[in-house]
Amino acid sequence: MQILKILFKNAFRHKLRTGLTILSITIALLAFGLLRTVVNAWYAGVEASSAYRLVTRNAVSIIFSLPLSYKDRIRQVEGVSEVSWGNWFGGIYIDEKNFFANFAVDAKTYFDLYREYAIPDDQKIAFFRDRKGFVAGRKLARRFGWKIGDTIVLKGTIYPGNWEFVLRGIYRGREPNADETVFMFHWDYLNESLKKTAPTRADQVGFYMIGIQDPARAISVSGNIDGLFKNSFAETITETEKAFTLGFVAMSDTIITAIELVSFVVIIIILAVVANTVGMSVRERTNEYAVFKTLGFGGWRIAGLILGESIVITMMGCAVGIAATFPAATAFAAAMGAYFPVFKVEPATIWLDIVFSLSVGILAAIIPVYRTLKVKIADGLRMIE
Amino acid sequence: MDSGIIVSINGLNKSYHRGDQTIPVLNDISFDIAEGEFLALMGPSGSGKSTLLNLIAGIDQPDSGSIIIGGVDVTTLSETELAGWRALNVGFIFQFYNLIPVLTAFENVELPLILTPLSRAERKAHVEMALKVVGLADRMDHYPGQLSGGQEQRVAIARAIVTDPTILVADEPTGDLDRISAEEIMDLMDRLNQESKKTIIMVTHDPRAARKAHVIRHLDKGILTNADSQNTL
Ligand SMILES: Nc1ncnc2c1ncn2[C@@H]1O[C@H](COP(=O)(O)OP(=O)(O)O)[C@@H](O)[C@H]1O
Ligand SMILES: [Mg+2]
Repeated sequence: MQILKILFKNAFRHKLRTGLTILSITIALLAFGLLRTVVNAWYAGVEASSAYRLVTRNAVSIIFSLPLSYKDRIRQVEGVSEVSWGNWFGGIYIDEKNFFANFAVDAKTYFDLYREYAIPDDQKIAFFRDRKGFVAGRKLARRFGWKIGDTIVLKGTIYPGNWEFVLRGIYRGREPNADETVFMFHWDYLNESLKKTAPTRADQVGFYMIGIQDPARAISVSGNIDGLFKNSFAETITETEKAFTLGFVAMSDTIITAIELVSFVVIIIILAVVANTVGMSVRERTNEYAVFKTLGFGGWRIAGLILGESIVITMMGCAVGIAATFPAATAFAAAMGAYFPVFKVEPATIWLDIVFSLSVGILAAIIPVYRTLKVKIADGLRMIE
Repeated sequence: MDSGIIVSINGLNKSYHRGDQTIPVLNDISFDIAEGEFLALMGPSGSGKSTLLNLIAGIDQPDSGSIIIGGVDVTTLSETELAGWRALNVGFIFQFYNLIPVLTAFENVELPLILTPLSRAERKAHVEMALKVVGLADRMDHYPGQLSGGQEQRVAIARAIVTDPTILVADEPTGDLDRISAEEIMDLMDRLNQESKKTIIMVTHDPRAARKAHVIRHLDKGILTNADSQNTL
């Protein structure tokens, strides 16, 4: 028999008390893990953005557009390797609840720029050939059960009318953070239709996506692009894709701070719960620790017994909590549908779970250890339960 | 009886403090204990018997005086040194057995051996031997809650002797037992003293328990009243 066995036996002496403590750690870590995963999912688009891409938009607001003619001038800026463009279409599929991102993009340049989206060659060719064709992310297609060749109708909001599209390709993310829920169709299709129905809105681009040769020169390239259109009818703002994406997300900074705060409050609460459990158990056993001391167990061993017990309890809660986080996250993601294109428990979350639990285990034991070591053997022996 | 002196106590004083009050508990105690002696410390409740025993066992410190055991003055040892010294030299038997309830009889007896460099197999052999001496070889896997009071105390005695300590100290070892069990425990202690030549220092206020002792010393209000009484009970 070793010390380890003793502290395990001690930890489970009051099965209900220890069980409830483990349960509260489990629930706390589950809440922490899910909250963190939500925050990560929120920022997933930022993480996925490439340092090799810039985005140019109208300086007044993203809802104003830019002339298509800018593309040739941007292409000539030194350091620019590729220019693509697109518009936020904002179409609704059957019902508003079925929300997903849908864009009109300049297909040929777009897929050169977004190489993280992988489409089988034959599908890509089919898409390029079909003016009404569209490409969907794997998750999106799976969500609605779309198959290649299916005709899909989107109800336009920004661009009125019912728009018909045919699924020609399904793309897959090459990187884990890639968004597999996007709907993309030919910008030319949108533009030609507008030429007929609303000519003033034709040849207008929502945003330019720009490939650059050297991320280190992103700022000077951005400045040069914006300089081209200074004092023109439509001035531009060019920034890195990351900054652009962050601009959408950062609106909810306060919410994210609140979520993070709640996570830490949860940690404090489990510290209180574990400290209470360990403190109570150790105090009840004051007499036993006096016996251990009488037998010659030194301060370090006594401290080890108490600390070990505290850590055993917290790490059990930690293990169960981590094990529960994955299925909970899967269920949560399923329930949230398309709101979070990427919803995954990150390794960092698991490491934080472990670090927090270990810290709680250690902190919770400090006072009981101190109190137990302070008790004189003769006094401890007098304390018969 | 052996003639060598194993414990030598000189001018021992001990008092407790309660608030600004000082309560003298032991007053200038001096006596020797011979190797192999079976000593009974008697006296009314509160006379300082447990305090004296605790000092001898090295779990408390006196205000002044010396306690030399096997050539070592234990009053000069630091707390850490004392812990190591106790592990090697003292077997302690308590009134309420003080077994660890979540450990089996075997594990309870093994407890003090964890502190030794003995291998698992050696520990096992020692524990089985000790449990055999107290007649509980067949109860090794029982938990304290599954044993009678007398059996618990025998497990506690096995735990006290398993390290083969220099002295055995017992504080009212029969105080919580019925007469039959108490007699069994006293027979066992007597046997340990006779056959294994263990030096035993036992606190009791039960004259029947003291009958097995060779020497009886009386404490009254912290003073040793009969310095050298041979057992006449
Ligand atoms: N830790 C302590 N603090 C204060 N007084 C104590 C303490 N321990 C013992 N005493 C007092 O010392 C006296 C002797 O106690 P003790 O040695 O336990 O006596 P006995 O074992 O003979 O009954 C008693 O009056 C007791 O109240
Ligand atoms: Mg007493």
